[in-house]
Amino acid sequence: MIVVRLALEERGQSDISGAFSLHREDIDMRLLRSVLAGTTAFCAAGAVAAAELEVTHWWTSGGEAAAVTEFAKAFNEGTEHTWVDGAIAGGGSTARPIMVSRITGGDPMHATQFNHGRQAEELVEAGLMLDLTDLAEAEGWTDFIHPASLLDSCTLDGRIYCVPVNIHSWQWLWLSHKAYEDAGLDVPSNWGEFIDTAPQLIEAGKVPLAMGQQPWQTAGAFGVLATAIAGVDTWAKVTIDKDASVAAGPEYAKVFQAAAQARELSKDSNVQDWNLATAMVINGQAGGQIMGDWAQGEFAIAGKVAGEDYTCLPGLGVHELISTAGDAFYFPKQDDPEIEAAQLELASTMLSKTAQVAFNLKKGSLPVRGDVDLAAANDCMKKGLAILAEGNIIPSGDQSFSADTATQLEDLMVEFWNDLSMSAEEVQEIYADIIADAD
Amino acid sequence: MSLANSGQGTARRPNKLLRNLPAKIASIPMVLTALVVFVGCTLWTIYHSFTGSRLLPAPEKWVGLDQYERLWGTRRWLVSIENLALYGAGSLIFSLVIGFTLAALLDRKIRGEAVFRTIFLYPFALSFIVTGLAWQWILNPDFGLQSVVQGWGWAGFEFNPLNDRNTVMYGVLIAGLWQGTGFIMIVLLAGLRGIDEDIWKATRIEGIPAWKTYIVVIIPMMRATFVTVLVLIASGIIKVYDLIVAQTSGGPGIASEVPAKYVIERMFQSQNLGQGFAASTMMLLSVLIVLIPWAYLEFGGKKKHD
Repeated sequence: MIVVRLALEERGQSDISGAFSLHREDIDMRLLRSVLAGTTAFCAAGAVAAAELEVTHWWTSGGEAAAVTEFAKAFNEGTEHTWVDGAIAGGGSTARPIMVSRITGGDPMHATQFNHGRQAEELVEAGLMLDLTDLAEAEGWTDFIHPASLLDSCTLDGRIYCVPVNIHSWQWLWLSHKAYEDAGLDVPSNWGEFIDTAPQLIEAGKVPLAMGQQPWQTAGAFGVLATAIAGVDTWAKVTIDKDASVAAGPEYAKVFQAAAQARELSKDSNVQDWNLATAMVINGQAGGQIMGDWAQGEFAIAGKVAGEDYTCLPGLGVHELISTAGDAFYFPKQDDPEIEAAQLELASTMLSKTAQVAFNLKKGSLPVRGDVDLAAANDCMKKGLAILAEGNIIPSGDQSFSADTATQLEDLMVEFWNDLSMSAEEVQEIYADIIADAD
Repeated sequence: MSLANSGQGTARRPNKLLRNLPAKIASIPMVLTALVVFVGCTLWTIYHSFTGSRLLPAPEKWVGLDQYERLWGTRRWLVSIENLALYGAGSLIFSLVIGFTLAALLDRKIRGEAVFRTIFLYPFALSFIVTGLAWQWILNPDFGLQSVVQGWGWAGFEFNPLNDRNTVMYGVLIAGLWQGTGFIMIVLLAGLRGIDEDIWKATRIEGIPAWKTYIVVIIPMMRATFVTVLVLIASGIIKVYDLIVAQTSGGPGIASEVPAKYVIERMFQSQNLGQGFAASTMMLLSVLIVLIPWAYLEFGGKKKHD
């Protein structure tokens, strides 16, 4: 600030001295100013080591904001640098285009969130991201980051470009105890029971399945159904190997039938946002919802207890597994070596044990380190941790599909879910076409 | 032009170039902007629509017509085109009919004209985002128009266009017309005011009824005004995007998607510039298909007149 003001004064002064002849006072002023300039230079030298890092992310809901504050606190207290928060409201699909255009447009922030996987792939290929490999080797990231696939998603040609910070999994069915009690039923323990009891729920005036109509929700729910019904191997052939003949085959036909069934059960849930759909489960209007583990935050805010008010079934209670989607931080390249040093310190802070625990407890996600203790975790998180420890994990859609393919699938699913006249066979055929062209 | 002039002696040529020199110099920035920004960027976009550019432009990845093949094989694009045609036809017809009717009524020298004019023009001061949100609420069955009318005692009343795939575009059209018709009315009213009072006196003496005067005499005289209005409406149709985003975000399903939204989302959300450019090139092509025959008739006709 001082530098700017001095610069302005200087410009004003030189205008005057250009207009009038140089007086003694002017010369005195100049002397004084050069002394001042010396002090500011000294101050600036002190400030260089303490850099301000602008960090962009799309964590704006209550629990998310509380979680990201933990990172900021750890960074501000643990280092001499300052975290400048650059939250972008509106969710990932709104925030990512803004982030990408800032990076490609030559105005990069100092650190930014992406879902780890392929969203930032081209930015890395274009050499716009800071290479973290040396830091990773010095700190031994490969030894403690678990599962290893998280770091693989950050790696291109053997170099590491991002810091995974948490694991979020999609494969959960959230069930409302109140809804089932009202209908005089036991809470189901797997997807099959859920389907069987659905007609009785409808008789009791409940919506069996709550489903928000944003494209990512319907596409995500379909992915969960696919892993649960077709099994992991078949799912992997389609999602990872992109085998269109499997996608068009009989195993997947069952998945599409199940999706059509789920569509039928959810047709009376007139909500858009995922948290409104979760609210239907919380207040007992709906029997259940297929949603990622971030739904836990909503139950927690509403004061509900896992096991008493709601039940969570990982892998829909059929195949207990979780996908390792999640968030990662990338550090766009800067010209200033001082800033670069600060970026590396931030990367290191995010992976520290204390920051990992504090952040993930608030966020409701699982830590990326296998060696931290989460005693404070709730029932559902503990289920997740146990599955993680057993290694029943699959890569997430973000890790296997490019953004292009992912949005094509979202378009298809949101259309299918809203158009009751679109048959399971029809959508399977289009789905297989997209898989055939997928990359 | 210069070729034609070159035959008529060299002395007059510099004169012609130097005529209105300050005006020509003053327009250089705009000419350059038009050439570089509009023409240059359009050509750049068209070229890249033949490449496999993903997140970043990749001029070396030539793929020929692949992007266009994929575009015309995509259901969402086809739905978008249908929706645009429906919205376009509705918007064009109703803006003109309602706009002109309102303008003609105001032109009958009614009392409180200024008040009505202001009321009709007010929606135009709102952005499409506000319009879209307001009409999303008005058309919401739980607390909008439907529940209000049902609250009045007409329990069977149903008006829920936005949640039905088959009617959602009409819901959007209502909001679009509400926002834009006032402005069309004002432009047409200005055109009506430009008609000489003597014309009206003459038709009154002849005993021609007012409605017939409008259709047979006044409207043909307002040709220039109508051309302006058509351009305004047409550009509003082709670029409709924010209204959809605010009111329906393309739903239910993909039932209210429009081409501009497809372009934006392919470019920035799917990180597929090539596909977005192909779609925007198709949009440009559709504008040209309408514009070129019209420009040919308009300006080609004038030349003969001179």
